[in-house]
Amino acid sequence: MIKDITIGQYYPGNTVIHKLDPRIKIIITFLFIIALFFIDKFLPYLFVLGFIIMVISMSKIPVKYILKGLKPLLPIIIITFLLNLFMTRGQVVFEIGPLDVTIEGLNKASFMAFRLIFLIVGTSLLTLTTSPISLTDGIEKLLNPFKKIGVPAHELAMMMTIALRFIPTLLEEAEKIMKAQMARGADFESGNVLNRAKSLVPLLVPLFISAFRRADELAMAMEARCYRGGENRTRMKQLILNTRDFIAMSIMLILFVIILLYRYL
Amino acid sequence: MKEIMVKMDNVTYEYTNNEEERIAAVKNINLEIYKGEFVVILGHNGSGKSTLAKLMNALLLPFKGKVYVNGIDTTDMNKIWDIRQTAGMVFQNPDNQIVATIVEEDVAFGPENQGIEPKEIRKRVDEALAAVEMLEYKEYAPHLLSGGQKQRIAIAGVLAMKPECIILDEPTAMLDPSGRKEVMNTIKRLNEKERKTIIHITHYMDEAVLADRIIIMEAGQIIMEGAPKEIFSQVEKLKKMGLDVPQVTELAYKLRKEGIDIPNDILTVEELVSVL
Repeated sequence: MIKDITIGQYYPGNTVIHKLDPRIKIIITFLFIIALFFIDKFLPYLFVLGFIIMVISMSKIPVKYILKGLKPLLPIIIITFLLNLFMTRGQVVFEIGPLDVTIEGLNKASFMAFRLIFLIVGTSLLTLTTSPISLTDGIEKLLNPFKKIGVPAHELAMMMTIALRFIPTLLEEAEKIMKAQMARGADFESGNVLNRAKSLVPLLVPLFISAFRRADELAMAMEARCYRGGENRTRMKQLILNTRDFIAMSIMLILFVIILLYRYL
Repeated sequence: MKEIMVKMDNVTYEYTNNEEERIAAVKNINLEIYKGEFVVILGHNGSGKSTLAKLMNALLLPFKGKVYVNGIDTTDMNKIWDIRQTAGMVFQNPDNQIVATIVEEDVAFGPENQGIEPKEIRKRVDEALAAVEMLEYKEYAPHLLSGGQKQRIAIAGVLAMKPECIILDEPTAMLDPSGRKEVMNTIKRLNEKERKTIIHITHYMDEAVLADRIIIMEAGQIIMEGAPKEIFSQVEKLKKMGLDVPQVTELAYKLRKEGIDIPNDILTVEELVSVL
């Protein structure tokens, strides 16, 4: 049960979108986010919508699955919408008690809500179509040029890999400790928030101790396998740019230019 | 003439315990392990077995004396990576030595650290996984495998570095009987087919039977050494030290005490059956 939690919500598949180079996907996502903030009219949103629909249909991810990802962020979207709705001054359409709803407010509120929704869907498409490992690989490669100014690219990627590797192991262990404590009469479920938080202490202490012990052993095992940092290290899987990567990049650039044109022309 | 793989020359290793006392984990050990040999090290907890193993690939450095791996002194800091490449090490807990989230990526970890060409790594990874019969699992996530399978992946990870010698520090201690069998079959095959020198540390007497030579340690010293038949024929001496003998040997020993005339070096069921 607890083991089945999917990490980074990756949705396995074998489509063109899945096969794109992770570096390209990360850059496209960044451009997409920047582009969203350049939009100040409704019309360019149509292009963004078209782009998103195209990507979703190509990646064969069920729309339901993507909407499910929006759910936890719904409160933020609603709060943003309401704040913009009531806080913008202008021509009053109708009043709810002391609050005025204006045309400008309606405009701005729906505008912001769209921006947020596109932002969330766009970024979750990245994590949905890219496995955590290739994502780490992509980040490491993209950060490589910044090594000279002291960005520890390899170390960051290694930390992410090890974290991903140990999430299932530690979850399993947490479950085991929990059962062991329950067998001795520990109660994790009843009481108010404070009591429940308190009851987690006998779970967290052994978990932390064991995590430190694991870290120690892992470090020794890594050293025994000649690990000495990122220098002179090679990788089995090389990232190679394909035609599809250039096509994807061009499509994104066209979208970006269209958005800029709408903004400044 | 037999070539020497690991040589220990009057080695002592001490550590400081919580009460600031110095304790010798390993005392004045002299030992030679030959190429292609299958050596099992037996002993109680705290007898210095693991320390001995860690001294053999420069994870620990001797306090006194010298350790040579393939003729290289382990205190030579410039050669430390050569030593670790020559003498690969597999640890007790399979979960704490697997680094990557995919089996083949983990096997590639060692050669990647050595800076080997990507194409060559690919080849080595496939060979190593085939050698431990885990090739069909190469795209699995390690946490979905059984203990025995994880331990075989760890062995493959060492194999991919092309070591001449593999040191296994209680690799079967956390496994169930079927997992132990898988791992022991793999080790035995690597010793016979690939001519790897194996140094295997264990608690299990039935694993020791497979060895060419058994070394028994107590309180940081080697107290018995010899072929399995020599060692296990001394049932009383072993019992006095609190060590077990393989079940079949035990049975043969009891039968002989009852006056049945059988030799005192029975190690396997087949031998006992043929004698009876």
